[in-house]
Amino acid sequence: MSMDETIRTKLTAAFSPEHLEVLNESSLHAGHHHTGRPHNERFPRDGETHYRVRIVAGAFTGMSRLERHRAVNAALADELASTVHALAVEARAPGEPGRRGT
Amino acid sequence: MSDIKELIDQEVKSGDVVLFMKGTPGFPQCGFSGQVVQILDYLGVEYKGINVLASDEMRQGIKDYSNWPTIPQLYVKGEFVGGCDIVREMFQAGELQQHLSQNGIATSSAA
Repeated sequence: MSMDETIRTKLTAAFSPEHLEVLNESSLHAGHHHTGRPHNERFPRDGETHYRVRIVAGAFTGMSRLERHRAVNAALADELASTVHALAVEARAPGEPGRRGT
Repeated sequence: MSDIKELIDQEVKSGDVVLFMKGTPGFPQCGFSGQVVQILDYLGVEYKGINVLASDEMRQGIKDYSNWPTIPQLYVKGEFVGGCDIVREMFQAGELQQHLSQNGIATSSAA
């Protein structure tokens, strides 16, 4: 299973979202150093390191931003501890306006 | 409390606004850290930047301290506020300015 699919599967199981987008943004970070690794080791263009998730789920109703992010982080704890280096989270409850007015 | 936790606890409480980041405020070494620096600078907030790349122990320790898997991490009055996304969303909604002023921290741009 690709990392995109793993993330999708885990978030679906955890939150039964109404809407879920999993975007691999690794190519945007290609070439930036993986700090703590040898100096010449950089993120590859086809990597599975940087993700953005847009998720709308009833489970987030009444939760603060921090609580929502923590819940998503907890669902993806294994991935964050291994290959996923950065995870941007846009979590909304149904009916809340999005950043782009959607 | 382990040594590193104690050290981090001291750092977190060493200023009103403390940012654990990759690089320094003058030279951020990660785009996410850089975004938070830009927001704090825009607001004219006085803050202390701590470069986690200076120490592997600190880099892992801060994640354990807050139970938050990524860096940057912003603390106000010893309390974890959030990472890059949360700080940006709060800033865009005017909530960050509000949170700072509620904690008695001066910003130069009007909230």
